[in-house]
Amino acid sequence: MDAFENTVQRLREAFSSGRTRPAAFRVAQLEGLGRFLRENKQQLQDALAQDLQKSAFESEVSEIAISQSEVDLALRNLRAWMKDQKVPKNLATQLDSAFIRKEPFGLVLIIAPWNYPLNLILVPLVGAIAAGNCVMLKPSEISKSIEKILAQVLPRYLDQSCFAVALGGPEETTRLLEHRFDYIFFTGSPRVGKIVMAAAAKHLTPVTLELGGKNPCYVDDNCDPQTVANRLAWFRYFNTGQTCVAPDYVLCSQEMQERLVPALQNAITRFYGDDPRSSPNLGRIISQKHFKRLQGLLRCGRVVIGGQSEENNLYIAPTVLVDVQETEPVMQEEVFGPILPLMTVRSLDEAIDFINHREKPLALYAFSNNSQVVKQVLARTSSGGFCGNDGFMHLTLASLPFGGVGTSGMGSYHGKFSFDTFSHHRACLLRSPGMEKINDFRYPPYSPRNLRVLLMAMEERSCSCTLL
Amino acid sequence: MSRISEVVKQARTAFQSGRTRPLQFRIRQLEALRRMIKERGQDISSALAADLRKNEWASYNEEMVYVLEELEHMIQKLPEWAADEPVVKTPQTQQDEPYIHSEPLGVVLIIGTWNYPFNLVVQPMVGAIAAGNAVVLKPSELSENMANLLATIIPQYLDKDLYPVINGGVSETTELLKERFDHILYTGSTAVGKIVMTAAAKHLTPVTLELGGKSPCYVDKDCDLDVACRRIAWGKFMNSGQTCVAPDYLLCDPSIQNQIVEKLKKSLKEFYGEDAKKSHDYGRIINARHFQRVMSLIKGQKVAHGGTGEEASRYIAPTILTDVDPQSPVMQEEIFGPVLPIMCVHSLEEAIQFINQRKKPLALYVFSSNDKVIKKMIAETSSGGVTANDVIVHITLHSLPFGGVGHSGMGAYHGKKSFETFSHRRSCLLRSLQNDEAHKARYPPSPAKMPRY
Repeated sequence: MDAFENTVQRLREAFSSGRTRPAAFRVAQLEGLGRFLRENKQQLQDALAQDLQKSAFESEVSEIAISQSEVDLALRNLRAWMKDQKVPKNLATQLDSAFIRKEPFGLVLIIAPWNYPLNLILVPLVGAIAAGNCVMLKPSEISKSIEKILAQVLPRYLDQSCFAVALGGPEETTRLLEHRFDYIFFTGSPRVGKIVMAAAAKHLTPVTLELGGKNPCYVDDNCDPQTVANRLAWFRYFNTGQTCVAPDYVLCSQEMQERLVPALQNAITRFYGDDPRSSPNLGRIISQKHFKRLQGLLRCGRVVIGGQSEENNLYIAPTVLVDVQETEPVMQEEVFGPILPLMTVRSLDEAIDFINHREKPLALYAFSNNSQVVKQVLARTSSGGFCGNDGFMHLTLASLPFGGVGTSGMGSYHGKFSFDTFSHHRACLLRSPGMEKINDFRYPPYSPRNLRVLLMAMEERSCSCTLL
Repeated sequence: MSRISEVVKQARTAFQSGRTRPLQFRIRQLEALRRMIKERGQDISSALAADLRKNEWASYNEEMVYVLEELEHMIQKLPEWAADEPVVKTPQTQQDEPYIHSEPLGVVLIIGTWNYPFNLVVQPMVGAIAAGNAVVLKPSELSENMANLLATIIPQYLDKDLYPVINGGVSETTELLKERFDHILYTGSTAVGKIVMTAAAKHLTPVTLELGGKSPCYVDKDCDLDVACRRIAWGKFMNSGQTCVAPDYLLCDPSIQNQIVEKLKKSLKEFYGEDAKKSHDYGRIINARHFQRVMSLIKGQKVAHGGTGEEASRYIAPTILTDVDPQSPVMQEEIFGPVLPIMCVHSLEEAIQFINQRKKPLALYVFSSNDKVIKKMIAETSSGGVTANDVIVHITLHSLPFGGVGHSGMGAYHGKKSFETFSHRRSCLLRSLQNDEAHKARYPPSPAKMPRY
């Protein structure tokens, strides 16, 4: 019997009561979530500023507005999503009713990380609620200010019999994972992803894992370096580089590198001024631990832009490295900070080879005026998602599923994909007791004649030969 | 390096050569698979007869025909399913190209089982090939003849490096599971499902687990009992009850229990004659261990029909049990044999409550002439799939996904769902480098206007 036993039990009972099934209930919860975002906007921005020194702009576009728009999308589409999905029938089932029924799984666990602590817990929550589940939230204990608001303020906006917030660090999370859930949604590192999946396996709990990796960024010779640098810099240094889909490293020719470096300097100066440390638009590293890790990466290769760091401020300057070796730490682990290593390659083929020798990343980028080059990079690699000629803009479309592949993850969400992820798709066939004569063929005793007829039917290419 | 590692490595190298990417290649492999079934139908049939005493009819109608249908459907639809799928744009991406691009995952492992040893290995394989993967097959060693046959004929028709067949027992399977795959589809028991998922977790390999459970069958007072019992008898006793979606047990009002028994008996006689042992259409239990297991479930029960077995031929008579106690062993595990327990309940609500106190089953059946009863049963329970007023048939429609939920499994396949299961659906956005000014608003220092999403 542990701290979570009672809560898990309570949520299960609430689910069994059927409370979350009607659309009206789910709508009320989603509306509550919308009100939570609107009524607490200032406090949320303050909390994000406290945890990550996130600017109001970044908080708005990447946390609050995106969560709000997912709530709105779900509210607009909920009834359509909940409808039974009719499917095409074959000859034998012409007179029947065949459809897929979307049902909640039951009790869902959502484990969120610290880098977009609001977005990465609320957007999955929208899907879980819309699909009719009861939900246990486990926000990251590292982004403390947001954790506090989620624990103390959010529950007031939701039906507390169907939602709970679990608090704690790795030890508590381990204990939480010993309980049986009907679905687990995890965002975090591949290392912990393995632990979550192994724990889920004990209960045969399906999972969606949103993990990470090193997102390569190929920059072709045929492009305007300043435009590319603007885009690279913005997506790299956003949230101080602490973004799972940020461009992690650049692959380009020696010539392009020489043009890119001054262009990157221009972009950084334009965005953050001559003294980025005093710019209100640049955030800070989440913790001592990560700061120390990133400080270590500053020693890799050669610093050509930035390189400054300040421990008591958890500040790392927007940095660009060149002459890095594959074996150095900055090319071995996901950077997850405001450091951009540039690696030179002699050709597109070499770049693609380099990428394909590594784990499949969560995102992959290619910059070129030549759409054929972009399409080639896309066709010859694999990744969770892909954007040609920009950074992680693909995430802003709710019509595109967001998820990884290989070690960058499994499953996806956003928009309707969230609803589908948190639903069991139940195959339903409603037959009538009549028309029994049609079934005669399938019953024993079997005569050779039956077999001959069946074999003849199988010869016909386009017929539906199921004679059940 | 062990032989198994070598084979998997070879499959991966073959995949990395890129030859599975063109649709033409995949279609040719699927056409070869179709040829294999048409040309070697007899051999397949003989293997099924040797393993499970399946007759030719059952081999075709219960195994091969579904694979052929899946093949036809897949060959026809592949160009459509593999094409890029454009998606709705946002105001900011009006000039761009957003779409979902389907890609192969890489090397897929399919672990089969023994009850439909051909279908349950080859039908998933169709989707895996169509999606452009290399596929490692591990047929069940319990259906030995089929395992050996597949190891022989598959390389005769399909690319030898891309689609190897690996045979062996528990230790070979354990070794195989140490290798890294890009998707594992496993059909079998809940216990082994956990082992497979745990092994997959080490490599962050996604899994589809087709497991089992006790599929309940509720028979309402208001229904045509003749038709219901005929359909139930057919689905329950086919393959001697060794079907993951067979109706496992019946729930009905005590007032109709006797009628149900009589009508089931009538249908059984119609199907298999007076003595099912003499019928060419009645199967046998796969092995001695399962024979003993199923026979022990009958012990101490009220036998309304059958109840006997013959160890030497692994024959168990079609058996009906009445007034079964929910605590008894026959109600604790998936029966997977020709034994049909009938449990009495006094209302639809009681039946629903009984079902919901147990693990979510792979299939659920309800017989009633009253639409409201059917709707309520479906609405207040959960299961992998449902057929109302018949059994099993929902899994034969390839537009319906076939899979479980909770302890009966995760993920699904058949038809388009197969293609999706074995593909990575990659989100793509193609933009242009022109007109960077249009993006000015997003760059720091803090812009005047917030971009609208």
